[in-house]
Amino acid sequence: MPGDVSALQLVLTGDPALLAIVRLSLIVSLSAVVLAALIGIPFGAALALIQFPGRQAVIVVLNALMGLPPVVVGLAVFLALSRAGPLGSWGLLFTPKAMVIAQTVLVAPIIAALTRQTIEDLWLEYRDELNAMNVGPVGRVATLIWDARFSLVTALLAGFGRAAAEVGAIIIVGGNIDGFTRTMTTAIALETSKGDLPLAVGLGMVLIVIVIAVNALAWTARRAGERMAG
Amino acid sequence: MRAPISDLPIRFENVTVAAGAVTLLDGISLTLNPGRPTILIGPNGSGKSTLLRTAMGLVRPSQGLVTWGGREDVPPTRRAIVLQRPAMLRRSASGNIRYALRASDVARTEQQSRIDELLALVGLGQLADRPARRLSGGEQQRLALARALARDPAILFLDEPTASLDPAATKAIEDIVHAVSQRGIKIVMATHDLGEARRLAGDIVMLHRGRVVETGPAASFFSTPQTGEAKTFLAGELLV
Repeated sequence: MPGDVSALQLVLTGDPALLAIVRLSLIVSLSAVVLAALIGIPFGAALALIQFPGRQAVIVVLNALMGLPPVVVGLAVFLALSRAGPLGSWGLLFTPKAMVIAQTVLVAPIIAALTRQTIEDLWLEYRDELNAMNVGPVGRVATLIWDARFSLVTALLAGFGRAAAEVGAIIIVGGNIDGFTRTMTTAIALETSKGDLPLAVGLGMVLIVIVIAVNALAWTARRAGERMAG
Repeated sequence: MRAPISDLPIRFENVTVAAGAVTLLDGISLTLNPGRPTILIGPNGSGKSTLLRTAMGLVRPSQGLVTWGGREDVPPTRRAIVLQRPAMLRRSASGNIRYALRASDVARTEQQSRIDELLALVGLGQLADRPARRLSGGEQQRLALARALARDPAILFLDEPTASLDPAATKAIEDIVHAVSQRGIKIVMATHDLGEARRLAGDIVMLHRGRVVETGPAASFFSTPQTGEAKTFLAGELLV
């Protein structure tokens, strides 16, 4: 059995290398979710409210993009950021920033598509009331996003789940560099292929616990908010 | 500041409203004047809701013209409506009223006193902090009424506000409507409850299949209906 410590020991003793990996994973995925939300929520809301030719096609494409293969996103971001690529001068390839960009690309369509559905449903319910109250376009968007905020938390969670779980995109643009761009998922992939199963299992356990904890936190916040605002 | 010009009278000139192949209103000509409540009656699907929504400005005529105080395309600043199934904003009862006040540009310093006053008027003072969507059906109707009144309307449209309410809740709504009418706010209300129409009218406008079949003061409408449709409807027979 390679490695002389068990997975449980690594987790319980708070191994510094393990903590650094966990920390980077959280920073990358949470940053990507925040950026994707800043892009996806306004885009989804606009798509829900604005009628234009080709809107149905945009919705179909957006929904399809929810299933973007992470490796393909990784490849596209890799090409864009590589030295010969259009954004090569930024020098971001094989940095955590590149990983945030890749996961943002991956997550933004998920948040946008779920936001579009949520806001459109709420708009159908609110439309006559808001028109009767003479609420303008900006006020409408603000009202709908605010009143849908608890449902939108679910969209953010779906995005976070996607970001936290994927390997394909960040391993390509990050390079899985020890101590710099190594995350839980890339480390699990590496350690498993190296045969260091205890570390891989330990990381896997930590990853699952974190995903459950984040969801539990968001769920609690949502329930508390709903109790106050209905 | 409120525009001094009134939205009244509201005049329908040969108004037709169609949704796809279905004609909802069929060449309606009608004037809604200030004064006592106008009650719209008629069977389901006769066009009462569409008429109210068109008068509110929520629905545009496919043909014909609607004018408010002689003008076209008047934004609904002095009009308010209580829809048949009012949407409760996902806020507290007082939050719903505050939203309407804010949409009407009521000064922040005045908002709380207006909220207290309006909630007291509809008897929801105790439930100010309750999420609106947790209120009962009757309470939601009363909150919708308070929210509509928050816009300080000159004319208030009500679309079957007592449908599916029990007698006590119905009486609560009718009492508020009566009080509001006493304050000089023009009431235009749809109902399919003839008892309610007798209690509140005013004037009667009877609709059938998207057309106005009879209009007139309530007293003469109920005592001496002129048309076959009105006689059938008042006799409690099925008008199809």
